[in-house]
Amino acid sequence: MTTATEDLLGYEDLPALLTRMTGDEKHEPSATSTLDVLWVLYDRVLRVDPDNLHDPARDRFLLSKGHGPAAYYAVLAAKGFFPTDLLDDFGSYDSPLGYHPDRTRLPGVEISSGSLGHGLPLGVGVALGLRAQGFPDARTYVLVGDAELDEGSNHEAIAYAGATGLASLTVVVVDNRSATHGWPGGIGARFAAHGWSTATVDGRNHRALESALTTPLPGRPHVVVATVEDKY
Amino acid sequence: MRETFVAGTTAILDEDPRTALVLADISAAAFEPVRERHPDRVLNVGIRESLLVGVAGGLAQTGLRPIAHSYAPFLVERAFEQIKLDFGNQDGHGVLVSVGASYDNAQAGRSHHAPGDVALIDTLPGWEVRVPGHPDEVDPLLRHAVGGDGSVYLRLSTRSNDGAHAGTDGRLVPLRTGHRAVVVAVGPMLSAVLAATVGLDVTVAYTNTVRPFDAAGLRELAGATGDTVILVEPYLAGTSARVVDDALLDRPHRTLGLGVRRVDLHRFGTPADHDDAHGLTPDALRHAIAGFLLPR
Repeated sequence: MTTATEDLLGYEDLPALLTRMTGDEKHEPSATSTLDVLWVLYDRVLRVDPDNLHDPARDRFLLSKGHGPAAYYAVLAAKGFFPTDLLDDFGSYDSPLGYHPDRTRLPGVEISSGSLGHGLPLGVGVALGLRAQGFPDARTYVLVGDAELDEGSNHEAIAYAGATGLASLTVVVVDNRSATHGWPGGIGARFAAHGWSTATVDGRNHRALESALTTPLPGRPHVVVATVEDKY
Repeated sequence: MRETFVAGTTAILDEDPRTALVLADISAAAFEPVRERHPDRVLNVGIRESLLVGVAGGLAQTGLRPIAHSYAPFLVERAFEQIKLDFGNQDGHGVLVSVGASYDNAQAGRSHHAPGDVALIDTLPGWEVRVPGHPDEVDPLLRHAVGGDGSVYLRLSTRSNDGAHAGTDGRLVPLRTGHRAVVVAVGPMLSAVLAATVGLDVTVAYTNTVRPFDAAGLRELAGATGDTVILVEPYLAGTSARVVDDALLDRPHRTLGLGVRRVDLHRFGTPADHDDAHGLTPDALRHAIAGFLLPR
């Protein structure tokens, strides 16, 4: 697989990478709500990089909330999963960078997403598959949006993962209060009712995100609710 | 057929650590012994069909060969978007095995009837569709499906012919030869078709494989009958008419698609009652087949 040969970029380079995709200095909320979470995951948490993309024991990151993928593409490019030149052609017919990510087109993308409510059930299956094949240290991370949680398929997965103590699974909910009917009592409570360990942190605070993402409780799946600015 | 599937899948799970089974309560008791031996590879997610297929898709992403099993309408119709996206769009593959068919449990009503399952699967690229007509055809088809690496839909039924008449090669098997039409009997429809065509000058060919369809075999058989083709399928009428048209694209031909009609009966009763309502009894089939033959 071809990977970028240029030097790896830093957090401070991400705005310029985003601008290459959107052509606009002011970025859509859906594209930037996930930016800090994604950066912390790829910079400090995930055991995956362009050199171990096919290692069966790597960590898996599944971006379920596939819309507004510019931040995801910017972080993957900064980390060298593909050349930054690809950003300039974002969304064209020949580009591997669609308005929703496609795992068959772009190195580092673990799932093709778009339709909401698929990443978490898939993530449960991935975590179970890794466990069945003897990779106990491989963690599976799934990023969903708070509005995406409205999809019922997520709740099938939340209930099952909690009931069976699927401890290698971590869900990150980026909460910008865009769910039409909200989550009374908080999103964490919804997971906690099914036995998940939970943490709710400032989704722009890198240290807090890293701490929350790396301290799951044993024997339980883990959710980190990353709170960011309101979408509207 | 379900018993054969349970025994075969149990053996496969014991033999091959690459395989996994995902259930949504249906048939869970029958698989409990093998679940106890392989708790990481035999997974019952509860009554959650979206999750059933999503989990199977996730297992495939890690390199396992998943078998997902439930009642046909819940597996294919309720979880259809998961089949479309969590397998195909991920470039992932697995084996779906359903029971219930079009109206095996007639008394349960429309909720438990899935005459449209094969037509739905047929909207997706690359799926094999296997429709065994006898329990003895199930195990070879199951092993062939799980042993491969593509996506396969295996449609089981309580309806059955008097014996096994095809293996796993997907070829049309001519059982009778005539001159005025080729009647293609799919899966459990064979017994009724054989009874319906007694004394008619038609070829009867059997298959348990409708995708991919044996186009070459059909061209050969149809050519000897004036390119008159009659499909008798145990699900939605006309489901395979498009593949017949594709197979005979360069030759004038006539096609009649018989099967379950597009009507919601709101009736219960027995499968035989529903055969009657859909024109799938031997007498009704004979009338439809004879009526489609051109005058000599």
